[in-house]
Amino acid sequence: MEKSIWRQDFPQITNGLVYLDSAAMSLKPQSVIDKVQYFYTNLSTNIHRGLYPTGVKTTMLYEQTREDVAKYIHCETEEVVFTRGTTSSLNLVSFSFAKGILKAGDEVLTSELEHHSAYLPFYEAAKQNGASMRFVKLSKEGRITVEAFKKALTEKTKLVVLTYVSNVMGYITPVKEITRIAHERGIYVVIDGAQALPHLLIDVKDLDIDFLAFSAHKMLGPTGIGILYGKYELLQKMPPFEFGGDMNDIVTLNTVEFKDAPQKFEAGTMPVASVLGLSDAIAYYQQHDIVKMEEHTQKLHRYCLGRLSKLDGIEIYNPTAETAIIAFNLKNVPPHDAITFYAEKNICMRSGHHCARMVSDFLGINGCLRASFYIYNDFKDVDLFVDATKDAIEFFQKMGF
Amino acid sequence: MPNLENLYREVIMEHYKSPRNKGLADLPLSHIKHIKNPSCGDDITIQTLVEDGVVKECRHDGSGCSICCASASVLTETMIGKTEQEAANIAQHYLKMVSNQPYDENVDLEEAEVFIGVRMFPARVKCASISWKAFLETLNQK
Repeated sequence: MEKSIWRQDFPQITNGLVYLDSAAMSLKPQSVIDKVQYFYTNLSTNIHRGLYPTGVKTTMLYEQTREDVAKYIHCETEEVVFTRGTTSSLNLVSFSFAKGILKAGDEVLTSELEHHSAYLPFYEAAKQNGASMRFVKLSKEGRITVEAFKKALTEKTKLVVLTYVSNVMGYITPVKEITRIAHERGIYVVIDGAQALPHLLIDVKDLDIDFLAFSAHKMLGPTGIGILYGKYELLQKMPPFEFGGDMNDIVTLNTVEFKDAPQKFEAGTMPVASVLGLSDAIAYYQQHDIVKMEEHTQKLHRYCLGRLSKLDGIEIYNPTAETAIIAFNLKNVPPHDAITFYAEKNICMRSGHHCARMVSDFLGINGCLRASFYIYNDFKDVDLFVDATKDAIEFFQKMGF
Repeated sequence: MPNLENLYREVIMEHYKSPRNKGLADLPLSHIKHIKNPSCGDDITIQTLVEDGVVKECRHDGSGCSICCASASVLTETMIGKTEQEAANIAQHYLKMVSNQPYDENVDLEEAEVFIGVRMFPARVKCASISWKAFLETLNQK
């Protein structure tokens, strides 16, 4: 059967590891690992500070990564802010931007599919300003639709905060159409792209969204580095969120001035090694073609769903998902019990609420199992997973569940 | 999978399916502790009534995995009738046992011994501990 042509680039994949938790974090290709090691071995100096060769080189590579990101998502270089992750990016938008525009009585339109890192920052900012959160009614299968979005809009809607790809259901939100409708009414649009970047080519100018947040660690890159794309005129109007070194122009007894965006949002020492590694993650997608990668991942997804559908004793919550996430439970088995069975076979998955508790409530379940496939998985992984699922069903029945 | 079969001992499954002392009661002098593990969905409340230094009532409520629910049920049966001191001692040694730390094997953990298999599963220690920790906190509420 067809093999993953990318598998060999991921040193962590050795015999026996079946990694089905890429929706939580992707594995890293050797090139990314090499770059991080290169930084600590050869550079290990800060950016925008040391005027000696390693300092200059580090600054150059850091700013080059900003350009790489900008080209990759089709925006201007100064519209790319580095943060500590999607969570930090969304907190920055929430407390520097949303808090400035939300007034008492205003509404933030969001959905039950949101990850806590998208919901909570805006929930908090809204609460502090006397505004409230309103929800797009999900379709029967749990999707955000344009029709439901239109119905949920009110005169009070000031801001839309939505996930691009749900981290539990794997559905793709119709972001472009939603953004067009929102903008017709002067409503700003914030998109959580954490699960989208690993699967989709994104053109922020074409989508016309105001903000996009995502993390390197889900898209083959290192941990500790996130990206906030924001339209430049919005970024420029936003006050800094964190204050400290490197983000200011002048600090005297009488005067304090901050740099322009994006630097005014990058206070203190940034995770430089991780930023450098991100450039190799992006290069990997460009060299290997994310569209082909997605075709491979979707083949695995369809094959897996086909095999699972023949099993009794399993409930799948998102059989129509566009991205390769399968949310499911073994019937009558709490997900936390089931996950241990898979873990014993070195099949890595996640169980629980997946930091998106509102999805569990929507489905009426106390958590679920989540298998997510990515470019380094192959058909053998699917077979091992499905065989393990068969065994698990038998095992738990035998145990009396 | 011998380890996993050892985890789901008959007694555990029996308590999971037919939990004892389930549901909180109207006991004005009792102490109540609610503990959640939001990442996995365990959500347990323990209610303890101590009279004259003896655990008169111990009840549990909530939801979670089999290990979590069964250990709450076993906890309540183990603790009723014990002095506060005995109860705290048993709970402390039980918590050490499930987390694979040295514990005094002379302390009679009674039916709770069946949870010894948990120590082979570090990811499940929390499931087996949550109600016992909540119980200790109910003893400390004064």
